[in-house]
Amino acid sequence: MTNSASADQAEQVAGVEVGEARITIPGMSEEGENLATAHEETEHSHGGLGESTVKAKSGGSRADRTTSLNVADFAVPTGREEEWRFSPLKKLGRVLSDAATQTPVTLKVRNTATGVTHGELALAQAPRGTVFLAADRAAVVGYTQTQTADHIKVAANTELSEPVFLDITGEAAGHRANGHIVLEAGNHSKAVFVMEHRGSADANLNVEVIVRDGADVTVVSLQRWDDDAVHVGQQDAEVGRDAKYKHVSITLGGEVVRLNSNVRYSAEGGEAAMYGLYFADAGQHLEHRSFVDHNSPRNSSNVLYKGALQGQDARTVWVGDVLIRKAAEGTDSYEKNQNLILTDGARADSIPNLEIETGLIEGAGHASSTGRFDENHLFYLMARGIPEKEARQLVVRGFLNEIVQAIGVESIEDTVQQDLENELKIAGF
Amino acid sequence: MSTLAIKDLHVSIETEQGSKEILKGVTLTIKSGEIHAIMGPNGSGKSTLASTIAGHPRYKVTSGTITLDDEDVLEMSVDERARAGLFLAMQYPVEVPGVTMTNFLRTAKTAIDGEAPKLRTWAKDVRGAMEKLKIDADFANRNVNEGFSGGEKKRVEILQMELFKPKFAVLDETDSGLDIDALRVVSDGVNRAHSENDMGTLLITHYTRILNYITPQFVHVFVDGRVAEQGGPELADELEANGYDRFLAPAQA
Repeated sequence: MTNSASADQAEQVAGVEVGEARITIPGMSEEGENLATAHEETEHSHGGLGESTVKAKSGGSRADRTTSLNVADFAVPTGREEEWRFSPLKKLGRVLSDAATQTPVTLKVRNTATGVTHGELALAQAPRGTVFLAADRAAVVGYTQTQTADHIKVAANTELSEPVFLDITGEAAGHRANGHIVLEAGNHSKAVFVMEHRGSADANLNVEVIVRDGADVTVVSLQRWDDDAVHVGQQDAEVGRDAKYKHVSITLGGEVVRLNSNVRYSAEGGEAAMYGLYFADAGQHLEHRSFVDHNSPRNSSNVLYKGALQGQDARTVWVGDVLIRKAAEGTDSYEKNQNLILTDGARADSIPNLEIETGLIEGAGHASSTGRFDENHLFYLMARGIPEKEARQLVVRGFLNEIVQAIGVESIEDTVQQDLENELKIAGF
Repeated sequence: MSTLAIKDLHVSIETEQGSKEILKGVTLTIKSGEIHAIMGPNGSGKSTLASTIAGHPRYKVTSGTITLDDEDVLEMSVDERARAGLFLAMQYPVEVPGVTMTNFLRTAKTAIDGEAPKLRTWAKDVRGAMEKLKIDADFANRNVNEGFSGGEKKRVEILQMELFKPKFAVLDETDSGLDIDALRVVSDGVNRAHSENDMGTLLITHYTRILNYITPQFVHVFVDGRVAEQGGPELADELEANGYDRFLAPAQA
C-alpha cells in the first residue's frame, strides 16, 4: 500500500511565519483515503473555509456500486446516497425523471476528413452499450430515453490532423433533452474530439468512448452553457491494449452541472489521463466525479482536477474514485484535486477515494487541497516589487493554466484562456 | 550613497487580547556599504523590525519614522518599497503554487527596474547566479518555493537579492536552519552583493555563527523591542562567550 500522504503534507505546508508568532494559513485541508479493507465509517474533512467538518458514512467499495442499463435498478435519489449527497436534487429533479426529450439538443459535427463517419445507433445496437454502464439514476434514464444515439467513428489506422468538433447546443431552457454519443476510435487511430456545449436545456447527455488497441484519443468536454442550463452526464471510456486516452473537462457555464467521467481498461499497457477545470460563480453548482477502474494489470492513470470559486454560494464538488482491483497488478495511478477560493461565500468539497486490493502495484497516490487566495502569497510577491493586481493575477492564472495547457488544441486553449480572463474580472482579479 | 534611517519606531500587533506593542522605540541608521548585525534573544522584536521595514500588513506603526534618502518609507505600499530598493530575505519564504521561478523572477525584475530585462543577458544572469549559489538549474522550472527544502528556500531568497540588486537588504534569520555548506554559500552571496552593488545590509540573527562569514561593522543587541547595546564586531564575540543573560536579567527585573 502506498499513498501520497507525506508528499501532500509538504505540499500544503506553505508555512508562513512572520515576526514572532506563527500565522497558520487557514483553509488548507486534506482528505482521508478509503482503503479497500476499511469499510467502516470514515471521517472526511471538507474544504469549505472555516466550515464544519462533516462526518459521513463512506459509501463502501466502489466495486459494489450498482451499474446497469435498466431503469428499475436505480431508485429516485433522496439525497442520502453517497453519490448524491452533495447534489442539489431539487434542481436536478427535471433531469432525473424517466422522461422523454421535449426539445432535443442539436449536434453539429465538424470535420469531414476521410476516415471519419457519423452514423446512428439504436438502443441495443452495438457498439452502443458495450462500454457504457450507467452508474446512477441520471445516467440510466438518459440512456434509455435516447432512442437514437450518434455514432462518430474514426477508422482504424487513421490519424486525424484536425480535431473532430461536436457542437452541442441546447435549444430551449427548462426543456428536457436526452442524448447519447458514441465516440469510437479504431485500432491505432489517433483523434481529438471536442464536444462544446452551449445554449440552454435540461440536458441529460451521456457519452461512451471506445478506444481500440493502440489508439490515441483525446476527448475535450467544454461546458459553456447559458446561466440557466442544467447538465448531467456520464462519460465512460474503455481503453484498449497499449492505447492512450486523455479526457479534459472544462466547466464554466450552467446553473448545475454534474459530470461523471469514468475510465477502465480492456487489456494491458493502457494510459489514461483525466483533467478537469471548473470555475464556479455565485449560485453555480459544478460537480465532477471521476472513477478510474483499474480492472486489469499494468495500466496507468493520472487524474488532475482544479477549480476556482468566487461569489455567494458558488459551489463545487469533486469526488475522485480510484479502484485498483486484485487483478490489476503493476498499476500506476495518481489523482489530485486543488481548489482556490477567491472570495467569501463559496464552498468546495473535495474527496479522493483510493481503494487498493493488491499490493503488487507501481504506485498509487492521491492529494487534495482547498485554499483561499492567500494574503501571504500576495505579500511575498509584492515584497519583490510586483504590484498587487499583477500579483493576484500571477497566482490565479498560474494555478489554472496547468489544465488549460493539457487541452492540447490551440484554438480551444485560447478561447478558454479568454473565458477565464472574463471570469477573473468578476472578482476584480 | 543611500541612507536608511529608522527613528524612534514603535510597532504594535493586534492580538486576541488587544493591541500589543512589540517595538518600543527603535533608532537605527544604515548607509550604503555598511553591514549591521542585529542580535537578540527570541521574542525581542528582531523579525518584527524586518517585517515592518518591508511593510507587512500585520504590523502597525504607532509612531516613529522610516526613511530612505529622505523619502517616507511608511507611506509606501509593499511593492513600492521593493521598487525603491528595499529587499527582505524572509525567514519563512512562502510557496506560490502555479507560478514558475522563471516567470516570477522576470516579473519581479521587470517591476523593480521599470522595464523588462534583456532576454539573452537575463537568462545568463539567472543561470550564473544560480550556479554560484549551487542551486540546481531545474529549479527555474519549478513553482516558487514549492517543495523546496528550508535551505533551498534560503538560497533562493539570496538569489533574488543578487538579481534584483537592492540598495538595502534585510536578512531575517537567513542563517537559521542552514548546514555549514549552505551557510557558506549564502554568506558568499551576501558578500558579493555587498562588494559589487555597495548594498547596505541589516543582518538579523540569533546566532553568531554567520558572523564568521559575514563581518559586520556594527552590532546591535535587541532586547524587549529596543536596542539595548551597540558596538563593533567585538560585541558579537562577547555574546558568543556569555550569551544574552547580561541583557535579559535587567529586562526581567
